[in-house]
Amino acid sequence: MAEDIKIGAYICQGCGIGERVDTAQLAQVAQRDAKANIVKEHPFLCNAEGVKMIQDDIDNEGVNRVAICACSRRAKTDAFSFDNVAITRANLREGVIWIRPDTDEARETTQEMAEDYVRMAVTETKYMSLPTGDEETKYTPNLLVVGGGVSGMTAAIEAAKAGYSVAIIEKTGALGGAAANSWKRIPQRGPYADPEDTGVDALISEIEANDKITVHLNSTITKTSGAPGRFSVDITTESGSTVTENFGAIVQASGYKEYDASQLPEFGYGKSANVVTQAELDAMAKEANGAPLKTKDGKDVTSVAFIQCVGQRSDKEGHLPYCSGHCCSTSIKQAMYFKDANPDIDTNVIYTDLRTPGAGGEDFYRSGQRKGITFTKGEVSEVVESGGSLEVKFRDLILAEDTSEKVDLVVLATGQVANAGVNIEEVDQDEPGQFTVNVDSILNMDYRQGKDLPQLKYGFSDSHFICFPYETRRTGIYATGPVRRPMDMQQAIEDATGAAMKAIQAIENAAKGRAAHPRSGDLSFPHFRREGCTQCKRCTVECPFGAIDEDEQRFPVFNEERCRRCGTCMGACPVRVISFENYSVDSVGQQLKIVDIPDEFDEKPRILALACENDAYPALDMAAMNKVEYSAFVRVIPVRCLGSVNLIWITDALNSGYDGVVLMGCQKGENYQCHFVKGSEIAHIRMSKVDDTLQSLSLEPERVSVHEVAITDIERAPGIINEMAETIEKIGMSPFKF
Amino acid sequence: MSNMNQAMVEKYRNDFLKEVKANVEEGDWVQMCMQCGVCSGSCPFGPYWDHPPQELFMMIRAGKREEVLSSNSMWMCTSCYNCIARCPRELPITHIMHGLAHYADRLGLAPKEQPTRKFANRFWDNLVKKGRVNELKLGVSLYFMNGFIEGIKTAMAAAPLGMGMMKAKRLSPMEYFGGHGVKDSKGLDAILKKARQIEDEKIAKYNS
Repeated sequence: MAEDIKIGAYICQGCGIGERVDTAQLAQVAQRDAKANIVKEHPFLCNAEGVKMIQDDIDNEGVNRVAICACSRRAKTDAFSFDNVAITRANLREGVIWIRPDTDEARETTQEMAEDYVRMAVTETKYMSLPTGDEETKYTPNLLVVGGGVSGMTAAIEAAKAGYSVAIIEKTGALGGAAANSWKRIPQRGPYADPEDTGVDALISEIEANDKITVHLNSTITKTSGAPGRFSVDITTESGSTVTENFGAIVQASGYKEYDASQLPEFGYGKSANVVTQAELDAMAKEANGAPLKTKDGKDVTSVAFIQCVGQRSDKEGHLPYCSGHCCSTSIKQAMYFKDANPDIDTNVIYTDLRTPGAGGEDFYRSGQRKGITFTKGEVSEVVESGGSLEVKFRDLILAEDTSEKVDLVVLATGQVANAGVNIEEVDQDEPGQFTVNVDSILNMDYRQGKDLPQLKYGFSDSHFICFPYETRRTGIYATGPVRRPMDMQQAIEDATGAAMKAIQAIENAAKGRAAHPRSGDLSFPHFRREGCTQCKRCTVECPFGAIDEDEQRFPVFNEERCRRCGTCMGACPVRVISFENYSVDSVGQQLKIVDIPDEFDEKPRILALACENDAYPALDMAAMNKVEYSAFVRVIPVRCLGSVNLIWITDALNSGYDGVVLMGCQKGENYQCHFVKGSEIAHIRMSKVDDTLQSLSLEPERVSVHEVAITDIERAPGIINEMAETIEKIGMSPFKF
Repeated sequence: MSNMNQAMVEKYRNDFLKEVKANVEEGDWVQMCMQCGVCSGSCPFGPYWDHPPQELFMMIRAGKREEVLSSNSMWMCTSCYNCIARCPRELPITHIMHGLAHYADRLGLAPKEQPTRKFANRFWDNLVKKGRVNELKLGVSLYFMNGFIEGIKTAMAAAPLGMGMMKAKRLSPMEYFGGHGVKDSKGLDAILKKARQIEDEKIAKYNS
């Protein structure tokens, strides 16, 4: 921090800002109150001339902190992008003039709002510095793929094609995974009419021919340590010999197990040899290699019943509550094994809801109907052996009657269960400095938070399947295939390609010291003042990405490459020793303190809104675009994640006379929308304890409110602010004004 | 054909479906139904059917031969084509209904007193004689469809209408004796004969 700070504040008059507020007054505020070194107004700051004006000051006047007082930080990012300076924005357009009415009565409060935002922006630049980036980065263009099934092999081939070397670890003695035991696969190309070759052999030979890919068969991982760009992995073979290799990123494609059908005695599994699971039928077909399938007692099959949703989509104890997605199409595929060989074999698919996802799903269903597969909407109650054949008892849901069918063979569509290793919330963690291998674990990570990827629901590795698939809560480790959600082969192939791409990004980002999603490219990372640390472990525990380990003295050990820069550690730290170069307790704390607080008798309350930059802040911007008005008494500060909100900001705000504080984060819980997975949840937990602070200040609890806001809440987000304004009107002004 | 009536059809096997595919007009389409129920919901007569089309299709797949062919459901179809227009799988449902009704009648399984069946048979018999519908004869035969006394009553009730039509030259009593027909009656016979031959061959082929 040896360099001199020279702040340039640039005030735009375009987009109506010049007409609505007194920019000369704003310039004066920037200079006099906030102490900017250079202040300039411009009628059209984002045009070439305006940008050049700023660039000239950077080049010739030594300006190294730039406060652009114009539109939202989300607008005109291309124009206002300057190298080697710290930049901040005062949101005068979306934050002020677009959310206030253009009337004479509103003029005064609108001007005050704009002045505060200018003060805040200039102040923020004082407490920011240009991120230098992590200097100890490593470039390791080497990818580890865990699992040699279709997902794993695809990821390996895709990464190798992009020029990265790959190692595949496979627990069994051969590549291929679950797909290797299948006879055919659900078609992946038009006209989606017939089952296709699985393509597994082609994948295996492609891998064998590729000199960038090495395969470790009969091997498991006994230790994973490090971070993206510098993972160190112990690979142990069955015989016990271990090699340690370095990788830049990891793709976990550990796949699935079939649900254990012996837990379903009502379907006759285990009682009759002619009741089989889908995987078993495919294995039978593979063994028959095109010859007609026989029953287990060697007879010709004349009729087959396929029972869908066996032990899945069910609330019953021990059943899978979810849909495995592939089984309907798989049953159609398997019914075709029979129909294609002999159209006189009767095949009946008994379903409650037929689901054939994917582009070709509906065509494949039609093709099955055309081939004469019978589809019956029904619920099977039991399968019993009678007179040498099997009787499937079910309720026909269309004809609304209990009925039954006699068949030679019954195929059960049991679901997929993730091979996700150990549930880190249920097993004990190793003490710092001590590491033991867990044979059930897949990755055996030496991370402080546990050995495997965290799970969210139903035992699948957590990854947000809509907004950011593959991303797990362990940076640089990407889950793909049925380990993260149930899927068929085609989806697994697409999934693996995506995961390989993400892994490559992780390798490249790690080498440049840049953050991965969602703050891609961010060079800042948490700095920590060891002398101030009380070893309370909150940061280690709360980091959503397990980026922080502990040394043997229980001090946190930051792994910058694992960090996503959300700031949850900063928000957690009770002694405030964690900060980023461009985002810190001070950079926000000083902003809220510079806001002009009118005295109690002015009838002008002040509300602090800390809004998540991912969803809540954009929602407010969009509200502005739609001209939704909200209170002029609010001062909005964007935060990286609600998880980065340190309680001191709330205390400081209340102490300095704010009348209310509104916190807006993303949706938390199982269907979270939080871009940092746990940030919003952790913030909610922390803020539930804010009542103590309020009590100690003898303030009403209504003065602080926490909300979950979605990016689409363009009416609701301003509504939350207005609600707080109304609350303050009711309960009165804060007594802490000076 | 009588042996087919007694044929045991195993439940949820394809036997009856195959029979329908072979012998019923547009019967090929039955297997393409995806059981969404839009046809049943769209039918203006839906509430009066024992088994709406969706259900009939499922019954065919479930092998309920007797129940389907002796049902009066498909006779209720008025050919409004609402179901065809709406079917997401584009099944020609109206045509299948008529096809099923025709097949049931041919096998002698259709309900004897079904009025639509009675009317349809009279209409057909009337039409094939001369290639044109003789409205007077058709009307009179309908009056007496349910017995002589009821016929007289109906005829008396309709007499003023008939008189009015005669006055307006819309009806000629002379039509009752012979009546007019198509020019090439031999050609018509040939067409009908050929059509019957094709249908017989189709069914014979299925039975063999």
